[in-house]
Amino acid sequence: MKFFINVGSSIINFLEETGRFFIFTLKTLKSIISKWYLKNIFQQMISIGYLSLPVVALTSFFTGGALAIQIYYGGNQFNSEVIVSSIVALGITRELGPVLGGIVVAGRVSAAIAAEIGTMKVTEQIDALRTLSTDPYEYLVFPRVVAGIVVLPILVGFADVIGIMGGWFVGVQSLDFNGSVYLQNTEIFLESNDIISGLIKASVFGFIITMMGCYHGFFSQGGAQGVGRSTMNAVVSSSILILGSNYIMTNLLFAS
Amino acid sequence: MPHKDKKMIEINNLNKKFQKNEVLKNLSIKIEKGESAVIIGRSGTGKSVLLKCLLGLLKPDNGKIKIGDKYIYGKNYQYIGNKEVKIGMLFQGGALFDSLNIWKNISFSALQNKVSEKECKKIAIETLEKVGLNPNVADLYPSELSGGMQKRVSLGRAIFSEPDIIFFDEPTTGLDPITADVINKLILEKVNDLGATALTITHDMSSARTIASKVYMLHEGNIIWGDSVDEMEKTKNEYILQFVNGQSKGPIKIQNN
Repeated sequence: MKFFINVGSSIINFLEETGRFFIFTLKTLKSIISKWYLKNIFQQMISIGYLSLPVVALTSFFTGGALAIQIYYGGNQFNSEVIVSSIVALGITRELGPVLGGIVVAGRVSAAIAAEIGTMKVTEQIDALRTLSTDPYEYLVFPRVVAGIVVLPILVGFADVIGIMGGWFVGVQSLDFNGSVYLQNTEIFLESNDIISGLIKASVFGFIITMMGCYHGFFSQGGAQGVGRSTMNAVVSSSILILGSNYIMTNLLFAS
Repeated sequence: MPHKDKKMIEINNLNKKFQKNEVLKNLSIKIEKGESAVIIGRSGTGKSVLLKCLLGLLKPDNGKIKIGDKYIYGKNYQYIGNKEVKIGMLFQGGALFDSLNIWKNISFSALQNKVSEKECKKIAIETLEKVGLNPNVADLYPSELSGGMQKRVSLGRAIFSEPDIIFFDEPTTGLDPITADVINKLILEKVNDLGATALTITHDMSSARTIASKVYMLHEGNIIWGDSVDEMEKTKNEYILQFVNGQSKGPIKIQNN
């Protein structure tokens, strides 16, 4: 009997959470036709994009380099200059750039958003916003979401270039490739669709990261411990959703 | 100065419960224009819930709330407010925006309405002087101020738009007795200057004695007593006597709060 009670209450909790998130998303999207706080959007673009650039660049550079080594030593070394450059370019632009970039930004940004909004919630600053006739969805949530959607593709664009350069650097320095031939091969094999698909994914990840951060922060409860829990949930849920949605989008974009 | 035609608060049969816990039970109260009402009561009796219902931060389950001459909840208890009545609020912890400096906190509402930053800063500094703070603090951030100074800034933000009604949630909590007295007198002075209607919730009796023109006692989700401060001192009501004198024995039972 206890088993059924536990299963039942888990299902109810899940449905309640899903419904709450759905309403939260609708209220956020409603802000499209309301007041746009452009200054807040710009500030968030700096915070989410510009300040994430070093960590995304480092991740991407080392990933590109490691990928080049793996392909070189893992595969047939005959004609490796063509294979390594093309697989590094495709791997970075289609998958690793957006996914790793997304996960790194999720760890940095989603946590920061959840902690900031969560602290505002438990110290009644969100209530104070409402009493000052300011909708917290328009003032806090929407600018972060817009900034995430716009800035993540730009970040991933940089990550793509830096990742490919990471592969090129390792190829030239360690694998004795000819640098200009490597870049020529990259250019030949890389199609605009490869880049665009990665940027579309990045935009979706930007939405997921900022929504998860805002949502978990917005419903923080119970002081410092509650804010800590929200921060953790924001990072875990955005990372899982990035991986899950990446699989779905890869199917939609490439399976056909 | 804002117009003050029949501005008052009227609550009829207000109910609010959280799961099985009935916090407000058929609560009714009427606060006249210009009155400084203080609601006293033990922690957990529903004082903050009442205030949140008045501000539209919590949806009531039942009952009617009228602010000025308009009901503030529409169909399905959707908060619609009354845009003709300006409301100010001082939160228990100040609730200052810690990402904004002091003058931006004070003039927040004007800044959102596209008033120029120069004008906002000028009025914010005037407001700082009204609440007894040095204009030098205008560019500081809330974390750089003491608790008493933060309360003053919060009071400044509450009176910035010259509201018709001001709500005070435990205005002296966490302050030493001297600073608490300064804040109480400041509240009284500013409410009188504005000619506003004030509603304060507190369990600090010296605060109630200083601010109130009328005191109400909230017990088990309902108003059980309401009269002037003089009457409060003379009353034989057992609930008031127990609360005012801070006695553990009496009709108010000590539960798990």
